[in-house]
Amino acid sequence: MIEFRGVSKLFPDGTLAVDDFSLVIPSRKTTVFVGSSGSGKTTLLRMINRMVDTTSGTIEIDGQPTTALEAVALRRSIGYVMQNSGLLPHLRVVDNVATVPVLNGVPKKEAREAALVLLDTVGLDRSLAERYPSQLSGGQQQRVGVARGLAANPNILLMDEPFGAVDPIVRSELQVELIRLQRDLDKTIVFVTHDIDEAFLLGDQVVILEKGGVIAQVGSPTEILTAPANEFVATFIGAERGKRALSIQKTATGDILVDSEGRAAGVLVQQSEGVVR
Amino acid sequence: MNFLIQAFAFIFDPKHYGTANGIEVRLGQHLLISFEVLVIAALIAIPVGYLIGHTGRGRAFAIGFSGGVRALPTLGFMILIALGVGIGLGAPIVALVVLAIPSILAGAYSGFEAVDRRTVDSARAMGMNELQIVAKVEVPLGLPLLIGGLRAASLQVIATATLADYVGGGGLGRFIFAGVQTQDYPQMLAGSILVIFLAIASEILFSIIQRLVVPAGVTAGRPKDVRVKSSRSRAALG
Repeated sequence: MIEFRGVSKLFPDGTLAVDDFSLVIPSRKTTVFVGSSGSGKTTLLRMINRMVDTTSGTIEIDGQPTTALEAVALRRSIGYVMQNSGLLPHLRVVDNVATVPVLNGVPKKEAREAALVLLDTVGLDRSLAERYPSQLSGGQQQRVGVARGLAANPNILLMDEPFGAVDPIVRSELQVELIRLQRDLDKTIVFVTHDIDEAFLLGDQVVILEKGGVIAQVGSPTEILTAPANEFVATFIGAERGKRALSIQKTATGDILVDSEGRAAGVLVQQSEGVVR
Repeated sequence: MNFLIQAFAFIFDPKHYGTANGIEVRLGQHLLISFEVLVIAALIAIPVGYLIGHTGRGRAFAIGFSGGVRALPTLGFMILIALGVGIGLGAPIVALVVLAIPSILAGAYSGFEAVDRRTVDSARAMGMNELQIVAKVEVPLGLPLLIGGLRAASLQVIATATLADYVGGGGLGRFIFAGVQTQDYPQMLAGSILVIFLAIASEILFSIIQRLVVPAGVTAGRPKDVRVKSSRSRAALG
């Protein structure tokens, strides 16, 4: 469990990125921070592993303040995946994945073997292990980034718009992979995105942020869609108009769902079973 | 043309070898002075340059300092020092170290600055401490530019070490100064040719080193492009 208590961040240039922010992030669930730029979502994420220091307030991980550990030790215990993968260009894929375990004192040979297993986990062929990051596609690099984030077997995985720079097809592939991974690994994932569709797809808990880290609404995708807390949320998720405001229209060939513009968006089918999050 | 032939005749004349003023002795002195100067300058400039590159502080100072030092006339500066420390190797070494520092300093800090900040950021986020970031990320990725700085410094030092003999420091300058005094142009030219030979050798050596130290991953995925500069900017690779 990660708990923000009255956290504020004032940057030296006078920007108040986050003001008196409080939130509980449950363990073994995916929490998604979603908001437009300037909403402080990345700042919030980076405060968890102290890449950004809080100006006031505390952040606790399982009841222990993040300041109890040295920043370097804290960061090694938390996985981090960033937008451009952030791989070290001069190291081979396998050594990139093994970086943190090696820093932690795991013998190199052992760490490399564990890294190969992790490549399997994230769905990468082992033949890529000896390549350099620049020889991989954007999607493959992102997978290596995820494998590296998992290498020290952290409980918490921070993901800062990890799929923001890949094309839509690869992005949806990676999203499906992440859902599969999370089912197997049961990590506490904190995910940052500006894409509300991605937030609803991945998040067990979605946190919609307004400017300056103000929480507009926290809840499951279902809760947010069925009961947007305010005008801002409704507009942001497009509940009132656009592709989420669907209505049934009867046609000669059957019923279809149309969006607010009257365009066909889909059909209504009977779901045998399944739980909506 | 005649001078040139005579100069080569001077260089290949066996009489000019095997004495205390032999060509091989002066060549050795010249190399030794240059090497010592490069080592001393590197020991000073690399740590300072790395500190500037890593912290991002003091860059304005480094640029100002380098500019100022580069404007110093080395001969005058060397004589000034020689007035203090006397005739011998001390003055030329100090003067040449001062000459070599700006290039090496610039190579060291610009090498660090050329590393993508996002790469450094991710290394830090993974849990590398500052020393590990320097040693495992910035030093290897900044090496090509540092070697470039050393290469420029080496060339400058080899050329300028000719002045060392002006205050009794020896080296290939001996032939040039002796030639000037006795109006022996072939000897002057021979000295110059030997300096040029050393300078070219240094360039070749450093270009080989430069090629060897570029981290493999940096060049591995780079598209093969024979044009020196693309007329259009290349689209970002997904």
